[in-house]
Amino acid sequence: MCRIGAIKSLNYIHPSMALQLMQSQQKGHDNSGFAMVMQNLGGIFRQYKKLPTLSMACTDAGIKIAEDILHEIGFLRVMQWAPEVNNQPGLDINAMPNYVFETFDYPRAYRNADQKEKEELLLNTRLKLRAALEPNEEGFAYSFWPDVITLKEIGDPRDIGTYFNLWEPNKRFTAKVITAQCRQNTNYDIVRYAAHPFHLQGYTALANGENTFYLKNKEFQQGLHRGYIGFESDSQCFLYTLHYVHRELGWPLSYYKHVVTPLPFEEIDQREDQKQLLGIRQSLAHLEINGPNTIIGMLPNNTLFTCCDAKKLRPVVIGRDESTVVISSEVCGINEILPNRNWETDIYPNEREVVVIDDKLEVQRWKQ
Amino acid sequence: METMRLNDVTANDLPWKIKYDASRCTMCGSCVATCSFKAILPKVERRRMVFSEGNFPEPKQRFSAVPVIRQAKSIKNYCRGCGMCEKICPNDAIKPERNPDTRHPIITRCLGGDSIKRGGRKNLEGSTRTLDKIRVGRISQMTDPSLDAQRHTFDLLAPFGRILPPKKLPFHPDQDQQLVTTDLTPPVNWIYPVIIGDMSIGALSWRMWEGVAMATAYLNEECGMPVRMCSGEGGVPVRLLKSKYLKYLILQIASGHFGWNRIVKTMPYMIEDPAGILIKIGQGAKPGDGGLLMAQKVAEHIQAIRGVPKADLLSPPNHQGLYSIEESVQKMFLSFNAAFKFRVPVAIKVAASATSVSVFNNLVRDPYNIVGGFFLDGIDGGTGAAHEVSLDHTGHPIVSKLRDCYLAAVTQGRQGQIPLWAAGGLGKTGDLAADAFKMICLGANGVFTGKLILQMAGCVGNDQGRCNACNTGLCPAGITTQEPQLAHRLDPEKVAQNIVNYYLAMDQEFKKLMAPIGNSSLPVGRADALVATDHAVAERLQIQHVC
Repeated sequence: MCRIGAIKSLNYIHPSMALQLMQSQQKGHDNSGFAMVMQNLGGIFRQYKKLPTLSMACTDAGIKIAEDILHEIGFLRVMQWAPEVNNQPGLDINAMPNYVFETFDYPRAYRNADQKEKEELLLNTRLKLRAALEPNEEGFAYSFWPDVITLKEIGDPRDIGTYFNLWEPNKRFTAKVITAQCRQNTNYDIVRYAAHPFHLQGYTALANGENTFYLKNKEFQQGLHRGYIGFESDSQCFLYTLHYVHRELGWPLSYYKHVVTPLPFEEIDQREDQKQLLGIRQSLAHLEINGPNTIIGMLPNNTLFTCCDAKKLRPVVIGRDESTVVISSEVCGINEILPNRNWETDIYPNEREVVVIDDKLEVQRWKQ
Repeated sequence: METMRLNDVTANDLPWKIKYDASRCTMCGSCVATCSFKAILPKVERRRMVFSEGNFPEPKQRFSAVPVIRQAKSIKNYCRGCGMCEKICPNDAIKPERNPDTRHPIITRCLGGDSIKRGGRKNLEGSTRTLDKIRVGRISQMTDPSLDAQRHTFDLLAPFGRILPPKKLPFHPDQDQQLVTTDLTPPVNWIYPVIIGDMSIGALSWRMWEGVAMATAYLNEECGMPVRMCSGEGGVPVRLLKSKYLKYLILQIASGHFGWNRIVKTMPYMIEDPAGILIKIGQGAKPGDGGLLMAQKVAEHIQAIRGVPKADLLSPPNHQGLYSIEESVQKMFLSFNAAFKFRVPVAIKVAASATSVSVFNNLVRDPYNIVGGFFLDGIDGGTGAAHEVSLDHTGHPIVSKLRDCYLAAVTQGRQGQIPLWAAGGLGKTGDLAADAFKMICLGANGVFTGKLILQMAGCVGNDQGRCNACNTGLCPAGITTQEPQLAHRLDPEKVAQNIVNYYLAMDQEFKKLMAPIGNSSLPVGRADALVATDHAVAERLQIQHVC
């Protein structure tokens, strides 16, 4: 089973904190992988917030393929960083030869393009990279987006941390929001893309649980947007629905909950906004989720949120102090990294709640 | 003694033979009185008895005239095997027995020079039903737990009405980040996923129809189950049209337009909108054929409701004036939408056919978004009257066709936009919840059922040729007749009670099917929840094959 965690802070924090958050929950996951998405970057990426960074794991040939594509489109590299790896013997990691984090300036033709055009270009480029790298598994392009970095690998999270030197905090590799998860897709094939968090155009999602409406979600999402691909994990559906509701339909975040876990009909009948809620149940019926799950999501504006399935079949807890809010599957993870917080203010959300954390770390509880 | 000719009809030529035990018979006459087909009659037999009274054989004979019950030997008044005689006989002295050597299909045509007509379902024996080769095989366990059918809540409703694509929803956030509606949306009613199928008030006795209507009202008002009943083509009593219960009724219009004169005239007096309009193009039991109500069933009240004389009432096979799907969309749908001021969903019912997907595609791609439901009726559906050759030999099974339509919608990303409702032999084994649930997993939003409702009321007909006499107006159960003395055999309140109880049981069974797969709302299109024990079925329906 997955365990998921997210940390949002007023200060730039290092991934070691995410590793610690997840390490204490290791009995709940199976130590089969580690994946994280960092957003609102500090350290060496801090001055490039407007420019897209490519997060990729690949072979030498993969680098060449990717760079050719990027060059052809007209992207200009402005920064490159590769983590120093600690390839000591005995580590449980299924490492790729290269881990690439490169920041690019937009092609000349796009310098004055509006934001929307740039965002479509970034998605198209990532999809192109993915398609080109896929045939011989020459590489995995996880994200290509401003102010976002993704790292995923197969193996024991502790060893993955050691391999990438992530246990030792430093100021070079930091972010204000980090989401993390420690399990590969052990239900199905072990595929690097299948590990959450998943990222699409500034939206990130990770989930603890199952989505028994996976087939319905998948069949519907495939036709909704060119970016809804892969489906290596049933949890990807959570991300695509978030992206669709918030970005494509332009609806407020609160309606995400109404789409994935709609209210029962008798409750809708009592509501003033029943027309809208029924419309959602009708037109977005195939985006409803069932089965036990907790979702953590992150929006392009760094808003972090969590919500659960309609029967509250999966745990989640939110703990906080003055400068940090932590969302975690299990409270032991929060105890580890915020030992001195007032645990009486911890929040255990119910099945009809969305807990939202904005950039001032204000925690809001929205009743569906 | 009468001369017996080779081609005279005898009991051995008929589909059922009466087995009569004179020694048990008390001559009460109940069986003869109850046989609505006049297939048995009292008769006096001449009996000869030879006996000897002394110590030595001295045969003597005695003749006596004995009253007995005999079977009518006629292709008009022949035994249908309904078993009413057996049911009523206090001494178990009489019963019909199936005659495997029947020559009925031949002699009826030879003597009548006309095609055979009957009611019921397809009677040709098939192999195991497709739905019985499918199981709900994806059971939630461990990390993905089953739900609790008794304690958890479940949403068991299905949409009836046109569903807009998400991007066409006229919803926009206001200043408070609340979605507000900025334009009209098509009417959609959320209803129970099992509709009481379209059976007209001419096909059914007024007491049966009343019982069904009563059950519908009770399910809605007392049980909180929004079950809808379809009127069938034949009009609706004005009293019901003007009542608040109209909201539970889906009005059907078919090619004969029977009853619509009255409905249209009553529209200004309606205090509720009907639940929907169903335009019937075709019927699964007799595809390519119109409705048929034999003159013997066109009683006075039926003449009044339909505005017709006492004559065979045949709906044409086509809606006159509709030559294309586009026309049907524009003319009929717009007319009906406009008539009820776009408050009432309008759906279409067609017979399953090799071409159903094309029809569905045309409707689902219509740019006006006005077709509010695609009712697909398969070959195993029932009918009140049809030519036997149509019943047995024309039509298309429902399961694969429903699946084809759903997958056609999936391919276009339009699943759910026109709700799919399926019928045609569902619940044939008496187990409608299981059949409906499997159809829902294959892509149906809901199902509709007719024949099973009759069976709940007491219909004794079956698919092995028992009774099937709905067309004659002589229904022994008082269900499909307009003869007062037969209709009075049926207690409408008992009919309503049976239907209500069946629905309550079915509702529980739905939950017992949803809980193991961990779903709290209907798993429309969740074919991954199904497995098939037959490879061909699995392949055809794109579900997992298991063995």
